[in-house]
Amino acid sequence: MSSPTNGNALKDKGRIVIVGASLTGLRAAEALRKEGFSGHLTIIGDEPHEPYDRPPLSKQVLKGWVPADHTKLPRMLEVHAEWRLGVAATGLDRAKKVVRLADGDEVPFDRVLLATGVRARQWPNPAQAALEGVYTLRTSNDAARLQAALAAGPRRVLIIGAGFIGSEVASVCRELGLQVTVAERASAPLAGALGEVIGAIAAEMQRDAGVDLRIGVSITALEGDASGHVRRARLSDGSTLEVDVVLASLGSIRNIEWLEGAGLAAGFWGVGCDAGCRAFDIHGIVTDHIFVAGDIARSPHVLFEYQFLSMEHWDNAVLGAEVAAHNMVCEEIERRAHLLVPAFWSAQFGVNIKSVGVPSFGDEIVFTQGSRKERRFVAAYGRRGRIVGAVTCNNGKWLEYYGAQIARSGPFPPHPAGFDLPGDMRVVPAEFPARGVPTAAPDVVLTGHDPSERHAEFRPRAR
Amino acid sequence: MRIVVDLNRCQGYAQCVPLAPEVLKLNGEEALTYNPNPDDAQRLRVLRAAAACPVQAIIVDQLDLKK
Ligand SMILES: Cc1cc2nc3c(=O)[nH]c(=O)nc-3n(C[C@H](O)[C@H](O)[C@H](O)COP(=O)(O)OP(=O)(O)OC[C@H]3O[C@@H](n4cnc5c(N)ncnc54)[C@H](O)[C@@H]3O)c2cc1C
Repeated sequence: MSSPTNGNALKDKGRIVIVGASLTGLRAAEALRKEGFSGHLTIIGDEPHEPYDRPPLSKQVLKGWVPADHTKLPRMLEVHAEWRLGVAATGLDRAKKVVRLADGDEVPFDRVLLATGVRARQWPNPAQAALEGVYTLRTSNDAARLQAALAAGPRRVLIIGAGFIGSEVASVCRELGLQVTVAERASAPLAGALGEVIGAIAAEMQRDAGVDLRIGVSITALEGDASGHVRRARLSDGSTLEVDVVLASLGSIRNIEWLEGAGLAAGFWGVGCDAGCRAFDIHGIVTDHIFVAGDIARSPHVLFEYQFLSMEHWDNAVLGAEVAAHNMVCEEIERRAHLLVPAFWSAQFGVNIKSVGVPSFGDEIVFTQGSRKERRFVAAYGRRGRIVGAVTCNNGKWLEYYGAQIARSGPFPPHPAGFDLPGDMRVVPAEFPARGVPTAAPDVVLTGHDPSERHAEFRPRAR
Repeated sequence: MRIVVDLNRCQGYAQCVPLAPEVLKLNGEEALTYNPNPDDAQRLRVLRAAAACPVQAIIVDQLDLKK
């Protein structure tokens, strides 16, 4: 009776492989042991480091306060795993049920968790991207290099793309007293995630802090000196900038290439899975042994018209890991759904920005509490008369109140908390930029209804 | 030692800050910033700070605690 696909046999002596040794991978490993999984666990990660936390990289670390290798994640319990660090997974063979590694090894599994996250999108011109002084920020190595470059006192830093990471780094530059230019194609910072009404406030924050913010422009070229170090940037408005450090913060690319040929619904927005973290194959059929969580996952969400939601946020990694681990080893009837109301935070320019729900699902916005002038407020996002998101600026304690309304699809405009009401409570368009501008892609995206739509068929990029 | 602060949960009460000022700081009015891997000399202060958090947002390494 004890086939390895039976939940309990699996729990006792199954083989589980986790690919991706970061926040999702570690928390899933711990959750598996907490669930009582006593079989063999292998964790595969291409970075040489043990799991570390990324959010401090664009904040405390760049500031020079915390060394880049000092963000190792605390451990919740002993995972008793075989760690294969510094080696990439290169393939998933579903027929043989093995993960293939770059060093030629094959690791067999009864269940596998795909947690390979995303990487930074590089500056598109390879020769210019290779200039010394041009950076991206995703790993602790990236952060160590950029931190050293900032500490060396560059004449000017150029940040291309004003999403969360770009804006946070601009803030750090000003705290370090560095001259910094931010170039953004949309008409405001953070516009992709929060819309241009909030983006206008973010723009004010940047300018008040002394950032040279250029909106509605793109960088057309980066130019180096004789020694191959970046020295100048050309802008689409014809102007040029003398710069010593450039950060390309152009969003991210899902790490799905290693799944080529596996026949999974893997594509531009990640790997499609059901609400229980089980991967879909290319035909939209759910698999039994392959699970997905964290930044690489996209799954349908009941609150957002069952569209596949992709979330590049910390709580999605932690909670998704726990649900995936549970569902990997439990009986069918005990499976749980990963249907969190997305939430994130960002610290920049001395302001704490927090959000709940999916603001970009909304098309209208209303300020419900506090004062825009003091940069201490709550704003709610609505769509067709119901609340779908909220953002707070130095007012995080109210987030839960709005989160609860989003979770039960409450009315929009919402019931204000009846406290600290702003003068102007008109509902206005939230002004999200049109889709397709890469720098404006928010970190939480509704990606449609079809598990295998949006380039799900794998088309290898020229490498 | 290793900690992580769940900043979704953190509400900026800042009760932790005076208890371990070298590890936990406020950036502006509400944004908490911290050293995720502070020196072991800070252990007692960090544990007190974690215990004082009204929303229990400071997550401390459990393996380390057992030692
Ligand atoms: C600078 C920065 C700041 C951030 N700030 C915030 C914030 O303020 N708030 C917030 O909510 N979120 C923030 N995030 C997002 C948060 O860090 C991510 O959501 C989280 O790291 C996702 O975890 P993950 O494990 O799913 O993916 P990742 O952390 O991307 O980990 C995936 C791992 O898999 C590895 N890998 C990839 N391919 C392979 C392969 N083929 N074989 C083996 N290993 C592979 C990768 O190298 C990586 O180590 C930030 C991220 C960054 C980079």
